[in-house]
Amino acid sequence: MNMVSNKKRIKNLLSFFHSTGMNDFNEKVMKVLLFGCGVFSILITVGIIISLFSEAIAFFARPEVNLFTFFTGTTWRPLSSNIVPENFGVRPLIRGTLMIAIMSGAIAIPLGLGSAIYLSEYASDRVRNIIKPLLEILAGIPTVVYGYFALSFITPLLKTVLEENLGIDVNFFNALSASIVVGVMIIPMVASISEDAMRAVPRSLREGAYALGATKFEVSTKIVVPAALSGIIAAFILGISRAIGETMAVSIAAGSTPRMTMNPLDSVQTMTSFIVQVSFGDAPSGSINGQSIFAVGATLFAMTFIMNIISQTFIKRFREAYD
Amino acid sequence: MENKSVILAPIYKDNLRNRKIIGKIFNILLLISVLAGLFMLTVLLVDIAIEGVPWLRPELFTNYHSRKPENAGMKSAIVGSFIVISLTGIISFPVGVGAAIYLEEYARKNRFTDFINLNINNLAGVPSIVYGMLGLVVFGRMFGLFSKDSWLVQTFSLPVQSGMVNGLVFNLFGIPWLEIHLPFGRSMLAGALTMSLLILPVVIIASRESIRAVPPSIREAGYAMGTTKWYVTRTLVLPIALPGILTGMILALSRAIGETAPLIIMGAFTYVPFLPNSIWDQFTAMPIQIYNWITLPQEDYRIHLAAAGIIVLLLFLFILNGIAVYLRNKFQVKW
Amino acid sequence: MEANILPSVKTQNEEIILSTKNASFFYHDKTAVKNVTLNIKKNKITSFIGPSGCGKSTLLRSFNRMNDLIPGASVEGDVYYKDQNLYKSSIDPVKIRQQVGMVFQKPNPFPKSIYENIAFGPKINQFQGNMDELVESCLMKAALWDEVKDKLNESAYALSGGQQQRLCIARALAVFPDVLLMDEPASALDPIATLRIEDLMNDLKEEYTIVVVTHNMQQASRVSDYTAFMSIDRDRIDERIGVLVEYDETIKIFTNPKNKETEDYITGRFG
Repeated sequence: MNMVSNKKRIKNLLSFFHSTGMNDFNEKVMKVLLFGCGVFSILITVGIIISLFSEAIAFFARPEVNLFTFFTGTTWRPLSSNIVPENFGVRPLIRGTLMIAIMSGAIAIPLGLGSAIYLSEYASDRVRNIIKPLLEILAGIPTVVYGYFALSFITPLLKTVLEENLGIDVNFFNALSASIVVGVMIIPMVASISEDAMRAVPRSLREGAYALGATKFEVSTKIVVPAALSGIIAAFILGISRAIGETMAVSIAAGSTPRMTMNPLDSVQTMTSFIVQVSFGDAPSGSINGQSIFAVGATLFAMTFIMNIISQTFIKRFREAYD
Repeated sequence: MENKSVILAPIYKDNLRNRKIIGKIFNILLLISVLAGLFMLTVLLVDIAIEGVPWLRPELFTNYHSRKPENAGMKSAIVGSFIVISLTGIISFPVGVGAAIYLEEYARKNRFTDFINLNINNLAGVPSIVYGMLGLVVFGRMFGLFSKDSWLVQTFSLPVQSGMVNGLVFNLFGIPWLEIHLPFGRSMLAGALTMSLLILPVVIIASRESIRAVPPSIREAGYAMGTTKWYVTRTLVLPIALPGILTGMILALSRAIGETAPLIIMGAFTYVPFLPNSIWDQFTAMPIQIYNWITLPQEDYRIHLAAAGIIVLLLFLFILNGIAVYLRNKFQVKW
Repeated sequence: MEANILPSVKTQNEEIILSTKNASFFYHDKTAVKNVTLNIKKNKITSFIGPSGCGKSTLLRSFNRMNDLIPGASVEGDVYYKDQNLYKSSIDPVKIRQQVGMVFQKPNPFPKSIYENIAFGPKINQFQGNMDELVESCLMKAALWDEVKDKLNESAYALSGGQQQRLCIARALAVFPDVLLMDEPASALDPIATLRIEDLMNDLKEEYTIVVVTHNMQQASRVSDYTAFMSIDRDRIDERIGVLVEYDETIKIFTNPKNKETEDYITGRFG
């Protein structure tokens, strides 16, 4: 009891010097301000949803378009003078987007996972400290630079290899070239999230496997990767989601031809590159084109949002397993 | 159970040699995947250097875009990027750090806080082009509230203009230099606000890590003196966390300086033959100028001038990153 | 080093399976254990006791080259398994670990089913026999079968700490080792689970050689046939270099130690 009252007395004495009254006021004001900053992020999400969907709803409310044909139609010709629902089918844009996302995933997932296993299981600390920052440079290079690289280097290379030597037609704007640079761009993201997950796997599991006579390969692929699997899957999903939302490289390299093609050497248009195309055309805010980018943007947002939520649950599950 | 030991005789293949070979092959594959990324990085940088270095001329910094490639420069884009990024820093720093302080020091661990965390992680994954659309509606157009036929303008008969400047222009408190434009339109302020929202999740996450790294004993020492939370945060926690916060901030800005899509959606111009006078002026930025050159048909723009512009942009990026790394190394305290 | 004497016990009828000759162990520049020479006998339980930080685990982990996994670890002198010099360059640690198994301080089952935990070792070695029978017999040997036979496909993490440790023992048995190294196998367990592990060690002695590191002197005296007492080199106390002080039959170490330091330790005067 004595201890407590002593402590209290000292506390009172000290808080006298810190002018209690002013502090209490400051404390309350700051608490409100900081809380405001904390919840501001929620306002951003609400703002995104309201701004995208209010315009998208205005778009769908027009007699010239139709929600059903928007999602099922296979013709995207919004700039045509013939404004009919049949010209507002978003599937070619989704097709183009997914094509590039899948092809760039096919590049980034194996290379990113391989890099992650190397960095987490094989590389010495010294090598890791050199390679990791170098890989992160790849993630820090602006996407417009990747677009330039695709157009000025990858596409001519594809033309030389495929067109001149093998006689396969390569469009100047093509999905493959864009996919290659987008794939390279997301390697560091896939690698770093996967590596974090693998490094969170306890050492004791690796030792347990080594003690059974497992080789490094077996420990990496049969123990560490399965144990980190939900984190690795989250990395894959986030990588693909990033590829879906990638804008500049695909606008520059993949062209602006919305079409239902499966040929990676054709020009395609993605959701993002359509939005850029219209924004450059300076469509007036109330026009059908000005509104159509919000319908496409809302679709894009919904796709990436769902993927992000899924990857968050994978990451959460992973954290719970090893914390 | 005796019979079991009969089955237990080790029926193993002598497979160690094969397993070792598989391990070697795997090791090589891993090395290839690491080197593939680094190889692409090298090729990219070399390609840009080859195409761009011969075109790195003073005109690039002193001239505006021109019809003649040899005269074309990116003066307005450099200045535009510089101002927009500075504004972005000024806007996002207090909000981002405030949110980080709230989440690390004040927020209780409950479902609401979990929700904020989930939300921030999600925002970090929203494509930048979506932020552009948000900025366009909220800052650029302000939901059309200041257009001629909006209910707001009609009800209060606001004196809106149309033409070069759209919407409402007035001086706050009648002070001449406190000019306000509503909506923000295609101004630098609108661009900077949009960029601020874009980098906010990154700023919050980096600031939180830095604040979290301050050992609890420091706070306890402060509380033991009977001071308030804000006092402890301001005088003890923030000074220690500040270098880390600044590092994260600069890295976020270096991401913003290369962002193109949101500014294009916001309506940043590709051709701005003057330097801005105020935050209400229209602007262009380095990546937009580069994008513009890439899309021109002439090879001098598309290949050479674009590469030279990229080199300038990358130089700015490396300087920013260099400052961040310097800050981190200089002030990093190990506990 | 006067302290590092060879055990005085007679060795005529007892086969030596593990031994070290003037073995020293280093982490980077730091000497962890210096000049250890000892012989470990087949089908006996040998315990390593001593104060913490004296290198018991380091010495134990040298017998299946687990120290290799720690960056900067190195060895001087010789460590033998049967007649092979373990640290000779032609020796593959992977092969050694298959013959010299290990159980760790904290149970470390893989995040897989109980069945898959046991089957992991045999699978990588391309076991050709009947896997179900192998899993069953290993779990029986580890005295776990009756508790888990109905939930072989459930996660190993659902087991209690003591069960997990016995699962790890069963997992080690499944690759047919000769020797089991146990690094404080019961230190994370409650007393009842500890007793079960000790009983199990006694049963396993018939077929395996067991070397166990323990902090618990009662445990050493209860389970082991031989005891090695390790301590810090008193001449260079600041460097914390581990040395072998005395190695003998457990009964002699605990009733009639030759060394004053051993006596002080087992009577609880230091450590």
